[in-house]
Amino acid sequence: MWQYIIRRIIYAIPVLLGVNILTFLLFFVVNTPDDVARMQLGAKHVTQRMIDDWKTMHGYDLPLFYNAEQHSITKTIFWQKSVNLFVFDFGISDGGRDIKQAIKERYGPSLAIAIPALIIGLLVNVTVAMLLAFFKGTYLDSWGVILCVMLMSISVLFYIVGGQYLFARVLKWVPISGYADGWSSFKFVLLPIAVSVVGGIGAGVRWYRSFFVEEMNKDYVRTAKAKGLSDTTILFKHVLRNAMIPILTGIVVVLPLLFMGSLLLESFFAVPGLGSYTIDAIRNQDFAIVRAMVYLGSVLYILGLLLTDISYVMVDPRIKLQ
Amino acid sequence: MRDYELQGVRLIDNYTYEIDIKGKYPQFKYWLAMPFFAAMPWEAIKLYAQPGFLESNISIDWYPVGTGPYYLAENNPERRMIMLRNQNYHPDYYPLVGEPGDVEDGLLTVAGQRLPFIDQIVFSLEKESIPYWDKFLQGYYDRSGISSDTFNSVISGTSNGGIQLSPELLARNIRLSIADILSIVYWGFNMLDDTVGGYTEQARKLRQAISLAFDVEEYITIFTNGRGTVATGPIPKGIFGYQDEQNSLSIYNLQLAKKLLAEAGYPNGINAKTGQPLQLYFEAFSSGDPDEKARFGWIQKQLAKLNIELIIRATDYNRFKEKMDNGDAQMYMWAWGADYPDPENFLFMFYSKNATVKHGGENGSNYSNPQFDALFEKFKDMEDTPERLALIQQMLQILKHDAPWIWGYFPQAYTLSNPWAAKGKPMTIGNNAFKYSRVDGKLRAKLQLQWNKPIIWPVPLLILTLIIIICPAFIAYKRRETATAEKI
Repeated sequence: MWQYIIRRIIYAIPVLLGVNILTFLLFFVVNTPDDVARMQLGAKHVTQRMIDDWKTMHGYDLPLFYNAEQHSITKTIFWQKSVNLFVFDFGISDGGRDIKQAIKERYGPSLAIAIPALIIGLLVNVTVAMLLAFFKGTYLDSWGVILCVMLMSISVLFYIVGGQYLFARVLKWVPISGYADGWSSFKFVLLPIAVSVVGGIGAGVRWYRSFFVEEMNKDYVRTAKAKGLSDTTILFKHVLRNAMIPILTGIVVVLPLLFMGSLLLESFFAVPGLGSYTIDAIRNQDFAIVRAMVYLGSVLYILGLLLTDISYVMVDPRIKLQ
Repeated sequence: MRDYELQGVRLIDNYTYEIDIKGKYPQFKYWLAMPFFAAMPWEAIKLYAQPGFLESNISIDWYPVGTGPYYLAENNPERRMIMLRNQNYHPDYYPLVGEPGDVEDGLLTVAGQRLPFIDQIVFSLEKESIPYWDKFLQGYYDRSGISSDTFNSVISGTSNGGIQLSPELLARNIRLSIADILSIVYWGFNMLDDTVGGYTEQARKLRQAISLAFDVEEYITIFTNGRGTVATGPIPKGIFGYQDEQNSLSIYNLQLAKKLLAEAGYPNGINAKTGQPLQLYFEAFSSGDPDEKARFGWIQKQLAKLNIELIIRATDYNRFKEKMDNGDAQMYMWAWGADYPDPENFLFMFYSKNATVKHGGENGSNYSNPQFDALFEKFKDMEDTPERLALIQQMLQILKHDAPWIWGYFPQAYTLSNPWAAKGKPMTIGNNAFKYSRVDGKLRAKLQLQWNKPIIWPVPLLILTLIIIICPAFIAYKRRETATAEKI
């Protein structure tokens, strides 16, 4: 297995390089270094000299990919800004702040919402999906699936605004938005977690239900029934265990990405997490942060895929990694 | 920096320094009030310049050092900033005298008292307008602006043409204050352009005709909810030289516009020489605002009244700026906010040595008139005297004749205050208004509690609903568990 893991890590290098090049290209096709400088300097009283000074100060005065004057690829913006990422040196943002420090400060609030939302969402979705699968073919199942499709069709924005209106403005159970450190954050994260769970019920239940239904149609279930086992025993002891294999591996792939936070939720609930950090960086054309966050997202996604493969081996002994 | 001598600057004592100015520059007093002119202690600069400080995000702009009424105790612009009273602040007192009406408004009840009044000021970042507005209504913010989304539900017109707050806000004793912002939103012509630019009588008449066809009053009503006044010139209200009266170019007059257009050589929008319909280009920067399309459509409609086809070329701000820098624009829309309250800060946008294309300055229209320049050079360093006013009037007369801008409008700021926030003078340009602010903390705490009592009656209802949903499922499950086998 170690050989497999090492091989996957080596495979990740060209992928990450590709992601870096693509991010760089996409960013600088839309914005020239002059645009970035102008954005940072503001709209008033900005002269070309100020733009040039800013570019020199922030290392944007070099050619993009190839320095023809010095016949060098290292004296370029791409090299200077992107190569350090491979050793997780994210550098300083275009606004002058250390990115690694900002990530350290911000991943906590992101995880304070993402982890409980994942766990509660998983419990709710699996319970409801099992219930629908258990009553497959009945009215409960049909109406349950219809409700799931309806829930899936509603934008998450509606859940956010509706949740804020009903639970925070009308019923006044929780604060509308904001965040506090430590346990004081509890009241602030309740609504974002609830919105995240409810927003994911439709798709989650439908997906998990299909695993349960598939398992319940298998021969071993029929055999268990023939042996006289109760439906409860079959469902919890056999079906749940087998259906959890694809469910768990599906969860493992998103686990590292929880770190990145949610772009929309964090923005609406004023949570100072990594999701809002990324969205602000895009709005402010802060390339240093954008490239760092895209790179980090890619690394975490690759890590998620690797963990998925490993989790397959752990939950299903028939699978071997080569 | 300490190794270099800063010529023209002398330290008098620990709290005083002297600066020499070459010539006369009355606006210099405003520069002194700007953040970048604040005297910085060299010890602090040296402290923050130590290795490892920046890597740990410890820098002077994040943990600033100063001598003001407050110090920044917590600085997290992405979440919250807290300012606490500076115990070492020098003796500073609320003014003893005010303007006429200030006594009646209760603005001088604390005259002569030591500043500041508030111990702690908390700024919270709200990225979305809905939660921000809701929190103001719940009493978690002392003051709020009014977004376009909520404007119509908050403010309505009265029968005598005035405005009033909604009954819900009035019941909460929320107050509305309106302040003129020292800025102007305008539409400009590029004077270097072959069609709309130039200083011939035909070109002037074409620009004047277009100016008169713009119904700015309508624009203010539609796109700013009436929060603005039609501009009478480039100098906004509140600045020396502002002209109160509407003039020949600020009053919408379509008939006169058509007449001037014909005199300019475009009768009914057709070029008299070529017989071709007049077509103009408008450079705009797209900000993603949902009203943008409607706004562009409105501008096209104003020119369509003169039978002129206007093609909108919308792009991002950087591209727009590039076109302006290169002089590629024909017509454009822009805004200017005062750096300091002096007419020079507005009229300098017509000074030829500030032309964008030639000098990279703020004269986006690239207006150049030697007569205006001569008057500007004379006026710019003068004190606010009747002589200066006379020069301003002469300059405005020239601008009205040349019409490099469609005057546009002066925006207004509408601010709502909760009842515990004491009345104050609107301050739209300075940064030191907080030291004059007062709040009644006890009333705020009482009303916050009163306004935010949780409604708990839906809780049992919710539990009951859950039971109603779970019960049939549980019964069906039990029935299925105990059912006998069926023959298939």
